[in-house]
Amino acid sequence: MKGVDEKEYLAPGHRACAGCGATIAARLALKALGENTIAVSATGCLEVITTPYPETAWEIPWIHVAFENASAVASGVEGALKAQGKEDTNIVVFGGDGGTTDIGMQSLSGAMERGQNIIYICYDNEAYMNTGIQRSSSTPYGASTTTSPAGKESFGEDKFKKNMAAIMVAHGVPYVATACISHPQDLMAKVKKAAETPGPAYIHVLQPCATGWGYSPDKTVKLGKLAVDTHMWLLYEAVNGQIEVTVKPSQKLPVEEYLKAQKRFRHLDEEHIEIIQKFVDGQSKQFGLTE
Amino acid sequence: MVVKVISSAEAISEAVKLARPAVIPVYPITPQTKISEKLADYVADGELDSQYIRVESEHSAMSAAIGASGAGVRVFTATSSQGLAYMHEPVFAAAGMRLPIVMANANRALSAPINIWNDQQDSISERDSGWIQLFCETGQEAFDTVLQAYKIAENPEICVPVMVCVDGFILTHTVDPVELITQEEANEFLPPFEAVNAYLRTEDPMSLGTLADPDHYLEIRYELEQAINDSKALIEEVGKEYGDKFGRYYGLIEEYKSEDADIILVAMGSICGTIKDVIDEQREAGKKIGLIRVRSFRPFPKEALKEAVKDAKLAVLDKDISFSVGGALYSDVKSSVDNETYGYVLGLGGRDITPKDIEDIITKTENPTKDVEWIGLRE
Repeated sequence: MKGVDEKEYLAPGHRACAGCGATIAARLALKALGENTIAVSATGCLEVITTPYPETAWEIPWIHVAFENASAVASGVEGALKAQGKEDTNIVVFGGDGGTTDIGMQSLSGAMERGQNIIYICYDNEAYMNTGIQRSSSTPYGASTTTSPAGKESFGEDKFKKNMAAIMVAHGVPYVATACISHPQDLMAKVKKAAETPGPAYIHVLQPCATGWGYSPDKTVKLGKLAVDTHMWLLYEAVNGQIEVTVKPSQKLPVEEYLKAQKRFRHLDEEHIEIIQKFVDGQSKQFGLTE
Repeated sequence: MVVKVISSAEAISEAVKLARPAVIPVYPITPQTKISEKLADYVADGELDSQYIRVESEHSAMSAAIGASGAGVRVFTATSSQGLAYMHEPVFAAAGMRLPIVMANANRALSAPINIWNDQQDSISERDSGWIQLFCETGQEAFDTVLQAYKIAENPEICVPVMVCVDGFILTHTVDPVELITQEEANEFLPPFEAVNAYLRTEDPMSLGTLADPDHYLEIRYELEQAINDSKALIEEVGKEYGDKFGRYYGLIEEYKSEDADIILVAMGSICGTIKDVIDEQREAGKKIGLIRVRSFRPFPKEALKEAVKDAKLAVLDKDISFSVGGALYSDVKSSVDNETYGYVLGLGGRDITPKDIEDIITKTENPTKDVEWIGLRE
């Protein structure tokens, strides 16, 4: 890609599944940030696959402590950098959806409210993939997971996913954005903007997961594109709370095309697909993508 | 020489100011709060140039401490009781990651029932976390120990975090004369911290806190065990160096009139002051009673203890309980020496410990009926 740092900061050879979307997200984000960056990981897929001792895939300084505290760890790193006069170094946090929207919510809220100068990137694969596809508060309506399985009395997850970007905007976070690994330029531009914004920034990246969603590993980018084209996932940014859509798909596809491409939604009947379609239509309207 | 009549909380804060940590992440909890408030004052008044992070929980206090220490700067935090229990997970991580964090713990009972008063169950419950735990008897010792704690933790051969334990309220909220040292003296004793083993520097990238599989985990834990065992000599060495400089000597244990004693009481923390008074009285009445004060609970001073106890009968006092076993100090002492040893659990949840209680313990040890007894139980 033109104008993109050719250097890799997340080295190949890590232990990710074929078609992993999380590593695409991290790789692109790091290319946008460059070498003057320190990364903090929450426990989760990205941490586990990249750092089997004594190896590491990280070409920049990296620290991991636990599942729920990456934002607090990053707060400490920021304090240390301030004390050392290295305020120009980027601090980027990578947390999965479980580590962000569930167990890491408190420390994230604290760090954002305190205005810590960190870039928080949630790589959202919509379930606890590292532990075997359990439901998180970011799991979408209708998805079958190992703890919200579809069955005789169940159509899978019965809640819509938590709206993290809105929660971050409500914290007064000066730069909040959504992104998807299928739109690398948009993602990297947002990460750059996040780095340029003084104070905290939050980017919620949707990243399809072949293992957890049930599709062929060569379709990760395609699934991301389908999520955006069906408006299941909207790409926007909120600068000081002012929301602006950054990618307007030329044609809005029915959600069914996205749902049918994945095993986790395959059980859904027309009624539930209709509920999802209605929800998505409401979102598109709210964001001014449709009349 | 400056002597101030201050609480242990303030004495600790004075020592922290002299140690000049770059980052102080703290969260309020009684009775620790006096420490973090004092440090906030120093920062607000420009007396201490630290990044003071008002985190949203103790879990985050320890996590931020790890982040900052991992980034290679000196860090301080303080907690108590529920706070320490809440940070249990990153407390283990700090030790496993070999980060030289110093934390003061104002000893307080754990819930339930909720109780804000003193016992030592909180830090005792973290004894296997891989931290060095030093228990202080007085405000003076708390002041002196904070400075020594950094010197111990930051030794490149050791790299183990240190918990400085002071009895909540009994020490944190009562005043005593404390002899301070000057900034110049502190700088000489404790030079600025330079991270040599672990750091986050863009010019020399390193991954901290990686995943260790069964092929590596055992060895990494063993290295920590070795470092903690090795810290015994260092604690003695640093305590002696401090004494040579400032006249107050410290080690793993303190022996008080135990040399020729028939009965030796073994205890930790502020209770030892009361015990010493009782011993003085008993000695006047012709009874050979002594005290061994365990200052370093982790590393446990097995060898020093073994040598000091001679063939005396031992009465071990615990402000904590490992249910169905007795106090934690009692179990450790019993497994370290061959002496006749009895355990006494007392003072839980801030129940007063009087000289009479200590006298009772001595009488009971003279004519023992039980291995472990609870002292001061009401009918």
